[in-house]
Amino acid sequence: MHDTTTAARGAEHGADRPHEPLSYRFLLLVWLGLMCLTATTVAVSRIELGALNIVAALGLAGAKASLVIFFFMHLKYENWIIKGMVFMAFVVLAIAIGLTFVDVGYRY
Amino acid sequence: MAEAHAAPAAQLAAHRDDQASKMGMWLFLFTEILLFGGLFLLYASYRAKYPQAFHAGGQALDLVLGATNTVILITSSLTVALSITALRRGQTVRCLWLLAFTVACAATFMLNKGIEWGAKFHHGLIPGSEHMARLPQGQSIFYGLYFAMTGLHGLHVVIGASVLLWVMLLIRRSKITGDDYAVLENAGLYWHIVDMVWIYLFPLFYLIA
Amino acid sequence: MEHTAQDPHERPFFAPSGKGGLASWIFSTDHKRIGLLYLGLIMLMFSVAVVLGLLLRLKLMTPGNTLLTPQQYNAIFTLHGVIMVFMVVIPSIPASFGNIFLPLHIGANDVSFPRLNNFSWWLYVTGLVLALVSIFTGNGPPDTGWTFYVPFSEHTTTNVSIAVIAVFVLGFSSILTGLNFITTVHRLRTPGMTWRKLPLFVWSLYATGWIQVLATPILGITALLIFSERVLHLGLFDPGRGGDPLLYQHLFWIYSHPAVYIMILPAMGVISEIIPVFSRKPVFGYNMIAFSSLAIAFAGSLVWAHHMFTSGMSDNAVLLFSFLTFVVAIPSAIKVFNWLSTMYKGSISLDPPLLFSLGFILMFSIGGLTGLVLGSAGTDIHVHDTYFVVAHFHYVIFGGTGLGMFAAMHYWFPKVFGRMYDHTRAFWSFWIILLGMNVLYFPMFVMGLQGMPRRYYDYLPQYAPLQMVSTWGSWILAVGLILMFHNLYRGCRYGPVATKNPWGGATLEWTLPTPLPAEAFYGDPVAPEPYDYKGVNPDG
Repeated sequence: MHDTTTAARGAEHGADRPHEPLSYRFLLLVWLGLMCLTATTVAVSRIELGALNIVAALGLAGAKASLVIFFFMHLKYENWIIKGMVFMAFVVLAIAIGLTFVDVGYRY
Repeated sequence: MAEAHAAPAAQLAAHRDDQASKMGMWLFLFTEILLFGGLFLLYASYRAKYPQAFHAGGQALDLVLGATNTVILITSSLTVALSITALRRGQTVRCLWLLAFTVACAATFMLNKGIEWGAKFHHGLIPGSEHMARLPQGQSIFYGLYFAMTGLHGLHVVIGASVLLWVMLLIRRSKITGDDYAVLENAGLYWHIVDMVWIYLFPLFYLIA
Repeated sequence: MEHTAQDPHERPFFAPSGKGGLASWIFSTDHKRIGLLYLGLIMLMFSVAVVLGLLLRLKLMTPGNTLLTPQQYNAIFTLHGVIMVFMVVIPSIPASFGNIFLPLHIGANDVSFPRLNNFSWWLYVTGLVLALVSIFTGNGPPDTGWTFYVPFSEHTTTNVSIAVIAVFVLGFSSILTGLNFITTVHRLRTPGMTWRKLPLFVWSLYATGWIQVLATPILGITALLIFSERVLHLGLFDPGRGGDPLLYQHLFWIYSHPAVYIMILPAMGVISEIIPVFSRKPVFGYNMIAFSSLAIAFAGSLVWAHHMFTSGMSDNAVLLFSFLTFVVAIPSAIKVFNWLSTMYKGSISLDPPLLFSLGFILMFSIGGLTGLVLGSAGTDIHVHDTYFVVAHFHYVIFGGTGLGMFAAMHYWFPKVFGRMYDHTRAFWSFWIILLGMNVLYFPMFVMGLQGMPRRYYDYLPQYAPLQMVSTWGSWILAVGLILMFHNLYRGCRYGPVATKNPWGGATLEWTLPTPLPAEAFYGDPVAPEPYDYKGVNPDG
């Protein structure tokens, strides 16, 4: 109905052309990395490190999440606009939690 | 700025803008991240308030089941990523098997979750029950958050698996092909986000002991 | 009017093509039809909430137990708030005029996801129906106020559960609109429509879209939490079980403060379109107005806890949020100064759209400056939860967004409906509305300073005279609104046929036939300088 001329407008200079599919081998390597990180995070949690335990757990989770986002979700191969948007979303979440801690951090 | 340059009108016959649907999907994923973000905010605050109770609560959860589910979900994420490569290389049958495996992973994940919740119910840890209300203050909160967060996540697993089943149907009917795979890619993105939320839930609930 | 032409580039978008009928509207994927559907429902809900507001004022005209029972009073102010906030003001300009004009402003024939657009309208309808259900089922309509604060909202026997699900669904609808707009602006701009040639209305909707996408999910989870607290009794906010009710307030305001920028930014965009057209001068400080939209969207997400200064939050948070609140005033002020500078030495024609825009600037300035009284932690202690707050946000939301909406209606009316309303009546309706608003809300500032708490059913005798005046104001306002809607309705039915560009606007929609055709552009239109009026003149 209204799909006339505007449908493919942002398409430009090949930047939107799909990236070559990632190879099976490469994806398996990413998976292997995720498995190693999972084993590490379980192992580290068994060692008593005090406050460092939570830092390690979140740091390793962040590393795993980055592998998923950048490779499984292809963020590494997207243009800077999508990258910037993803960054903004996480910044906003960090602000929400961070500013809440200005209250609860001093109250609890 | 440069993204605005349009292709000449002659090339516009395709009526398709995969880049736009991908952008739309990412924007939608942000809403999922922030939806869970509200719960993570509660988790962080209450953990700061009741470190001891969270410690005790985490010890009571079944680490083996949690770790198994982590492996299952990460592997299912891998097979979704592989299925896109398969489809784009024209290996439709392999793509369908990979997706079927993913859905099977989702089912196993939910089964484990059921076993885990069942065990908790068996011990009287039922939301709204007298037993839960009588727990020490922080522990009641811990289990409240546990049910809320894993419950909402489980709901997303079910939704994601259903979407993947629907995508399989579309591939069977050749509505999704190696040249027109945006729907598969976007469904995959959704599945990866479900995986990613679990990557955070796992250490926060099972490993903080 | 005879529109026999079947060419979609000439046939008005509202004229039937082929089968027509109701289905061709409610299942339409045409952004213009969806915009009109929204406009109709929003105006319907607006009228309902206005009637509720008039009832509240009528009750408050005299102290004591009159007209309404306390329970009815609580239910009515809750409904007034819920309907106005979630069903009228949040969708108002983006969902109606944004839907119609955002694609046209960037030279596109529709939004990026037309079917999603229709789906989001259906979600809106679902939200309305659920809200309606919550009124007439269970133990009666919710009585918590629109903020659904715990612990009361967890324990009240009224039908809060369905109402919060309605809010969740309405939020989803709002998210999808924002998502659609962001993608459309990125992907469907006509060649040559660079970011610095975007009309400011588009900039404001783009910034709004980001708030809708990033803040609304927090409302979603908050609504779901209330629901699960009521149904599953998780006890997450129950102090008896170690929960912290203040965390509910944090979650609620993390959305609901940015939400006030969802409400005001689109109206600011409308004003930024209208002021230069009626001053026949390029807009002053285009870059700063565009930038300040983004700055408001960002800074607006940093200030939510200024709604909680007296709640028992930590003092450090009070100090920080008070400071951040002052920061967000800067981009708002930038806009006001730019509008005034645009008008300076302009060739001003005081047509109805400009009048409503000037009303916006006046009311928004009063509302904005009194907002600083509330944002400053010291003075807030005195006026928190008093009529001062009520007056402040009605000045901003009704005087700001409301008048912005009316300005948009008077500005784009001829383009959408192809006919012109009566200017003299529009002139009178504006002045009556402006007078009514000030008589209605200004006494509330005074009463608030004197200590009259909001949401109270009864009051001490010393407030009686000002309460009386305020109620008179509500009647004046009602007369103005009736006059305005009557004038627009008459114009729509019997007004003289409008010309193509009656105001002399330079943005793309004015290059299209009047009324808007079903298909807007042939191929790719040339991106104009949106505020260059050389060679562009009113043709009416």
